[in-house]
Amino acid sequence: MTRRRAVESSASWSLGDRAGLAFAWFLGLLFCAICAGIVLYLLFQGIRYLSPHLLWTNPKVGNNQNETGGFLAPMIGTVLVTSIAMALATPIGVGVAVWLSEYARPRWLAQVVESTVEMFAGAPSIVLALFGVILFRASFMGFLTERTGGVVYGKGFFPAGAMLSLLALPLVVTSVREGLQAVPNHVREASYALGKTKIATIRRVLLPAVRPDIITGSMIGAGHAIGDTAIIVFLLGDTYVLQGAGGIPLLGTLRGTGSTLTSYVFDNAPTGDLNQPNKAFAAALVLLVMVLIINVLVDVFGRKTRELKWT
Amino acid sequence: MDLTLQPPPVRQLETGSTLTVRPGRSNAHVHGLEELALEAAPRANAHHTVVPTLERMRVEELFISYGQKQAVRSVSLPVRQGEVLALIGPSGCGKTTLLRSLNRLTELTKSARLSGLITLDGVDITELEPTALRRRVTMVFQQPNPFPMSVFDNVAYVLREQANRKPRRQSLAPLVEEALSRAGLLDEVKDNLTHPALRLSGGQQQRLCIARALAANPEVLLLDEPCSALDPQSTKVIEDLIVKLREEVAVVIVTHNLQQAQRIADHVAFMYLGELVEYAPTQAMFGNPKEARTQEYVSGAFG
Repeated sequence: MTRRRAVESSASWSLGDRAGLAFAWFLGLLFCAICAGIVLYLLFQGIRYLSPHLLWTNPKVGNNQNETGGFLAPMIGTVLVTSIAMALATPIGVGVAVWLSEYARPRWLAQVVESTVEMFAGAPSIVLALFGVILFRASFMGFLTERTGGVVYGKGFFPAGAMLSLLALPLVVTSVREGLQAVPNHVREASYALGKTKIATIRRVLLPAVRPDIITGSMIGAGHAIGDTAIIVFLLGDTYVLQGAGGIPLLGTLRGTGSTLTSYVFDNAPTGDLNQPNKAFAAALVLLVMVLIINVLVDVFGRKTRELKWT
Repeated sequence: MDLTLQPPPVRQLETGSTLTVRPGRSNAHVHGLEELALEAAPRANAHHTVVPTLERMRVEELFISYGQKQAVRSVSLPVRQGEVLALIGPSGCGKTTLLRSLNRLTELTKSARLSGLITLDGVDITELEPTALRRRVTMVFQQPNPFPMSVFDNVAYVLREQANRKPRRQSLAPLVEEALSRAGLLDEVKDNLTHPALRLSGGQQQRLCIARALAANPEVLLLDEPCSALDPQSTKVIEDLIVKLREEVAVVIVTHNLQQAQRIADHVAFMYLGELVEYAPTQAMFGNPKEARTQEYVSGAFG
């Protein structure tokens, strides 16, 4: 005798419900197929053109795809600009989230802040890029980039990282805020009931409690910032190699211009100025792998740290 | 003097002898009050040892309201060291509000308004810094809520100044271990003091919360239904602990569990609709209540 399964069979459903179920299945599978198609195509094309030397040679001018070098500088650029973005977005995002969750007074200001964060989350990055171009050409921003004869260049790692941080900021804020809201109120009160001030409670109890959310939020934010192109093209200068400004080693590089994998793909795509599809696919694969690594880290980290919670 | 003539406590603890009693702690700063307050109150429960009592807090004509809602009306009662005071009553009767007002936690609720007088060792608590008051009148909550840090740091948290990480481990170790031992937890955790506190079992977490509350060396310990989230075994351990602790600190416990009040309390206050209906020794409260409403509640007619 076969045991009846607890899940009801759809055989007894009406025709409409069964068609709906079939449609839901179809959409789910279609989505998987599209995703797999993109990844596999990129993987296929990328692996075909990706040779190790591309990873440690810089782009250079050449007549054909064999002479134009690799994309070491764009890779370094991606890492640098994303690091700057996260170094800005993480502390600011945590601060905004703590204020929104723990203070939020006066209420109208909290609503304004909340809408601002939402606006950044929805703003097209090219709008932010355009705003950045105006902002960082202002003379008082001159210390961040190159200044020649009183004219501020306004392009470099600092401006690009700063505007990218605005893309990542809402993701950090949302994640940390959700984390804070998941901390039961009696945990805060337990700290106050031991004679601790609010600020001590935030620093010693709440921030440690949301550390996983801070890390998850900034990794998701980094994954978002790493793939943006508009801000890079407008604000990083999009030069082949890192061109420092001034003699101080790291600071000079950061004030100077460069490129990232996204702008490299943009330039080398069949629609771009350089039109070297082989290089574009290889670089796109590297970028995709970077994003996938971040996603896997978020996933693994998230699973590992969720176990310790209050009831 | 009288204190030294009292026999040592003899109540047997079935759950093992891990609890260590600290010798009577500093009552020195209230010497002036001693003659007035010290009294050997008759014990309600036969199984309780006679412990000299000392009035630590006094609530007089306390009214608390949240907006339009009157949560506590005209409540007056004493809180004595050497006894466990249980606050009982149906949900929403104001017992938790009363408990929270004793260390001014009610002030965290914006709409709360309070009038009347609460004193700690004769001083109006509104004249004390809230942070200082809350170190002297600490609280344990219904849900175990250890902080997301190690067992050690949970207890050390209160010993450190506000958000400081100093003093460091070594200088705090004796104090932390003492608090853990008073809460009957030391033997279970002494090898993993650096482990995250949230890995402990529920009962252990709650005893850690008690240890944390004791580390401040409080005069009064407030417990808001501390066993309601725990299994019977852990409840038993904590009840024994509470009875033990009353010798050193005044204990006030809010409980929904009448049997629990009967087991561990020396005095019971029955509240209904914000009023203190009856305040009496435990035996009188459960055996021979004066008020009809108390009679109905303790016999299970409502609640």
